[in-house]
Amino acid sequence: MTPLIAEGTRATAEAASGTLQTGAWLLVGLPLLGAAVLLLGGRRTNAWGHWLAVALSWASFVWGALLFLDLRGLDAEQRVRNLHLFDWVPAGDKSTGFNVSAGLQLDPLSVAFVLLVTFVGSLILVYSVAYMEHDPDRRRFFAYLNLFVASMLLLVLADNYLLLYVGWEGVGLASYLLIGFWNHNPAYAAASKKAFIANRVGDLGLSIAIMLMFAGFGTVSFAEVLPNADKASEGLLTAIGLMLLLGACGKSAQFPLQSWLGDAMAGPTPVSALIHAATMVTAGVYLVVRSGPIFEGAPTAQLVVVIVGAVTLVFGAVVGCAKDDIKKALAASTMSQIGYMMLAAGLGPIGYYFAIFHLLTHGFFKAGMFLGAGSVMHGMNDSVDMRRFGGLSTAMVTTYATFGLGWLAILGIPPFSGFWSKDGIIETAFATGEGWRPWVFGLTAMLGAAVTAFYMSRLFFMTFRGRKRWPEEAHPHESPALMTVPMIVLSVGSAALGFLLWSGSRFEHWLEPVTGGGVEGEPVIPKYVLMAITVALVLGGAFFAWSRYGSAAATVPQEAPRGSLLTRAARRDLYQDDVNEALLMRPGQYLTRSLVFVDNRGVDGVVRGVAAGIGGIAGRLRRWQTGFVRSYATSMLAGVLVVALGILAVRV
Amino acid sequence: MTPLVSAAPSLADVLTAAGTIPAPKVDYFAVSPLLVVFAAAIVGVMVEAFAPRGSRFRIQVGVAVLGLVAGAALVGAVAVDGRVLQTAGSAGAAVGGIVGAVVVDKPALFLQGSILVLSLLSVLTMAERTVESGGPFTPQASAVPGSPAESLARRAGLVQSEVFPLLMFSVGGMMLFPAANDLLTMFIALEVFSLPLYLMCGLARRRRLLSQEASLKYFLLGAFSSAFFLYGAALLYGFAGSVRLFDIAQAISGDSGPVGKDPLLLLGIALLAVGLLFKVGAAPFHIWTPDVYQGAPTPVTGFMAACTKIAAFGALLRVSYVALPGARWDWTPALWGVAILTMVVGAVIAIVQTDVKRMLAYSSIAHAGFILTGILAYSRSGVSSVLFYLLAYGFSTVGAFALVTLVRDAGDGDAVGGEATHLSQWAGLGRRSPLLAGLFTLFLLAFAGIPLTSGFIGKYAVFSAAVAGGGWVLALVGVLASAVAAFFYLRVVVLMYFSEPSGPTTVVATPGVPVVVAVSVAAFATLLLGVFPTVVLDLTQGASAFLP
Repeated sequence: MTPLIAEGTRATAEAASGTLQTGAWLLVGLPLLGAAVLLLGGRRTNAWGHWLAVALSWASFVWGALLFLDLRGLDAEQRVRNLHLFDWVPAGDKSTGFNVSAGLQLDPLSVAFVLLVTFVGSLILVYSVAYMEHDPDRRRFFAYLNLFVASMLLLVLADNYLLLYVGWEGVGLASYLLIGFWNHNPAYAAASKKAFIANRVGDLGLSIAIMLMFAGFGTVSFAEVLPNADKASEGLLTAIGLMLLLGACGKSAQFPLQSWLGDAMAGPTPVSALIHAATMVTAGVYLVVRSGPIFEGAPTAQLVVVIVGAVTLVFGAVVGCAKDDIKKALAASTMSQIGYMMLAAGLGPIGYYFAIFHLLTHGFFKAGMFLGAGSVMHGMNDSVDMRRFGGLSTAMVTTYATFGLGWLAILGIPPFSGFWSKDGIIETAFATGEGWRPWVFGLTAMLGAAVTAFYMSRLFFMTFRGRKRWPEEAHPHESPALMTVPMIVLSVGSAALGFLLWSGSRFEHWLEPVTGGGVEGEPVIPKYVLMAITVALVLGGAFFAWSRYGSAAATVPQEAPRGSLLTRAARRDLYQDDVNEALLMRPGQYLTRSLVFVDNRGVDGVVRGVAAGIGGIAGRLRRWQTGFVRSYATSMLAGVLVVALGILAVRV
Repeated sequence: MTPLVSAAPSLADVLTAAGTIPAPKVDYFAVSPLLVVFAAAIVGVMVEAFAPRGSRFRIQVGVAVLGLVAGAALVGAVAVDGRVLQTAGSAGAAVGGIVGAVVVDKPALFLQGSILVLSLLSVLTMAERTVESGGPFTPQASAVPGSPAESLARRAGLVQSEVFPLLMFSVGGMMLFPAANDLLTMFIALEVFSLPLYLMCGLARRRRLLSQEASLKYFLLGAFSSAFFLYGAALLYGFAGSVRLFDIAQAISGDSGPVGKDPLLLLGIALLAVGLLFKVGAAPFHIWTPDVYQGAPTPVTGFMAACTKIAAFGALLRVSYVALPGARWDWTPALWGVAILTMVVGAVIAIVQTDVKRMLAYSSIAHAGFILTGILAYSRSGVSSVLFYLLAYGFSTVGAFALVTLVRDAGDGDAVGGEATHLSQWAGLGRRSPLLAGLFTLFLLAFAGIPLTSGFIGKYAVFSAAVAGGGWVLALVGVLASAVAAFFYLRVVVLMYFSEPSGPTTVVATPGVPVVVAVSVAAFATLLLGVFPTVVLDLTQGASAFLP
């Protein structure tokens, strides 16, 4: 009897697991349904639409969580499951044609993303219910957010690059729509266009990469491209890798396509938290990690990834030091933190693990801080100028506390989340490569941590500590529970997630089926010394910020002082827009202008000339039409003669 | 060779049979569509004589519609009943080449069906009485324009209803024309459908002098061209000793063919061709087209443009594919010249037209040239492409002319004025009447051959057939002419959408149900043939073989 029962339970368990996996498309389908209902339902859904969006997003999370538990029950080597949905592009015959089937890949990496996106996304949706309460277009906002969640899930769940591209464009669209959500403000509309165009440049890279992949491998599915990457030539892999990196740079605001992220803060704050901090902007990291085997076969491309990451992390950190707009400072920090991830993603298998690890912890603490910033804005009449904040810790205790946990996490103070992931990246940077590389990249990452500590502390102290500098009419108050509860949940993550995932190498083992695992190398400086130096630098940076902005003695002028050359440059985002303008926009304008000139004078001239010529001929020919029937008959007779002679002439 | 109607005693038979005339064998089922249409026409004459004046109009419309629908249904029945076609073929073989006067083969059936469907739409546009209570026709054709008799007739509220039996006779003739299997029957059919048309052209309610002038011009030039046709037939009889198309073909290709009579053959072909080219409006015999199209009542113009073209091209196809294939090297060069000239003249002169009806007239000339390139392909795909083009062009034409009747001068008070055909009066129509402008744009795009409309498929079919038949020069000229033509079509679109309205002098009348139905069907067909052309292409490909 007993074995029978046991057998039965196992069968049931397998059936349940089968249902969970075959129904994985619901992860994408549910939020998509929400978006469709809200967009098509129109005003009828105004009253309850946002709750539907929240519910469907949570439903996705629950499904994802069950799926996670299900996968965890399997042996490590069985944790990569492919789910075929339908034949999507059946062009040409099976072996040589372009055949793509739409399918989902459930594996530790995608499921980790699913959990991050649905959990953080759902929390932010809850927060938005209160945050957007008085906006007349709240329904549209939730529709777009659901669209975003669906696209993001499609992006990470796709089992081939083409379907990934669909999700990639979907999140781009949602991002565009949400940055320009208040598009009646021309500056915001311009910001959304800027984001869209910068992303197009990256998308071009991704699409070229996909084409190269098809040309080289004859397929675009993960399962067929990645295991065969080592058989391809290094030149091809380098080309694909660089193009993938271009795509990643666009989506993740990495140098040189970073310019759009700061302006993207024009969107409502929950959007900044979800899309432009926690999830979408990390898609580039996902892409690089997912395509690991390609980069491993192309050391040059891998090195470029590391360089891009290092440059961006310094760039973002420098810009972050000078910004007085709380959201823009956070945006600069996001850029910088993704630079860390990108750097790690270029360091091989162990780097992938730390990149994704940092991505997860960052998703929590940065989303939490953005929501905190939103809460501050909520209490301060939508002001974002930190020079007009100060001393808010007493007025907004919950916000202060939750933001504080996020701050400690991003600084990398043990034992908060960021410490475990960021320290890992710094160590790996010191441990990977030969000769100059570990020194250059390791020191960059380490100094970046110190600068990060400075500007994040500056942000934190300027906002919550020091003297009150807010204007008379401001009455800072704590936000409602719908907003604070998500912040509290995220702050718990900021505090504890890092240790939870790190302890017992839990997350490392979980990712192994995808990253292939890797052995942590020995850093050029002993590990614990490294850790101590890093923490000391971080504390130094934080203390410096305290002395300038946080202590009772510090004075923060309400108008920004002129500042040094570097400060002024950083305030203008290190002249990124000026550079783009000079290098791209102006020549582009000259090019289009000269093309228009050629078109007007040359092409149109020819066309007009021909048209005028034909018109002239027509004017003469129409005189044939005299209106007199006698001349008509004559012309007919002439025609008869011509035809008759023509026919007779053929014989002659 | 089929249902031989009147085993038309060929002249030779009659002369040699010493006074015995063989009884004609008639397959009544195969010719039943023709009989029904002619019967409806005769009933119409009776109605005109006996029905009370008050209900005459309605009865006439009913009879015409019933006749056409019944005719179309019978065409369908004959087409479905493959037996008729089978026996027709074998019977012809059994009789040893004696061919009947009428042959009902698949191309003939397709052409007859097309004519019936488009005539039906035309009848609907002619029955329009919502815009003007008297309809588009003059109440009393015999009254002198501007005379007291005319105003008397108008005040009495007389309604023109003779136009319907005239139309039915014309339709009957058109159906007979492409099915005629000897030149005499063909000539009779030509006259049967032409004479009522001459009359109908003179029936316009407004601008009657212009209309009567058009009628007279059409009649004079038509008679002129008929004479050529008849003379050509006579010369061919002189050559072959028979007026039957099959006999002529035999005479041309046979080893025992007549010797030393080539001039008869060549001149005969030339003159016969002139008669047919006049009807299709090919240059240099197109010259009547703009004047007649402009002067005729607009619904009649639509009918003429669509259905006359089908009938005449059908006959041209039959003559060139059944009677003259043996002599194709003699006469196709001349026809090439005609086709090129037609395309160029039609497309180029249309550019300087300022009247929408004249512009459409020149456009129809250009289309005649495009269709000729399909005929010159000399292949089954050429026939198929011509059949498709004719139907597609017919739908767009009837629809476009029906829309022209709705754009009116502003009249006194509520009454509408005459048709506002000057292009400047169409400016800004897109804003005032988006639906009308949108539909007219659709038809113009179809004329221009823009993808997703029937015109694109038609042009593609004829040009690809021409290229396959070695006529890439024709196709090249055709494409260039299409580009020129696109200019004046799109100019109207620009005028309607991007110009300031010309002021309150133009109004768009709201039509009654019949016109709405006609335009909707035409628009739907134009789209359907553009998006799902295979439905009809399969049909035309199946119908592309002539029986001798």
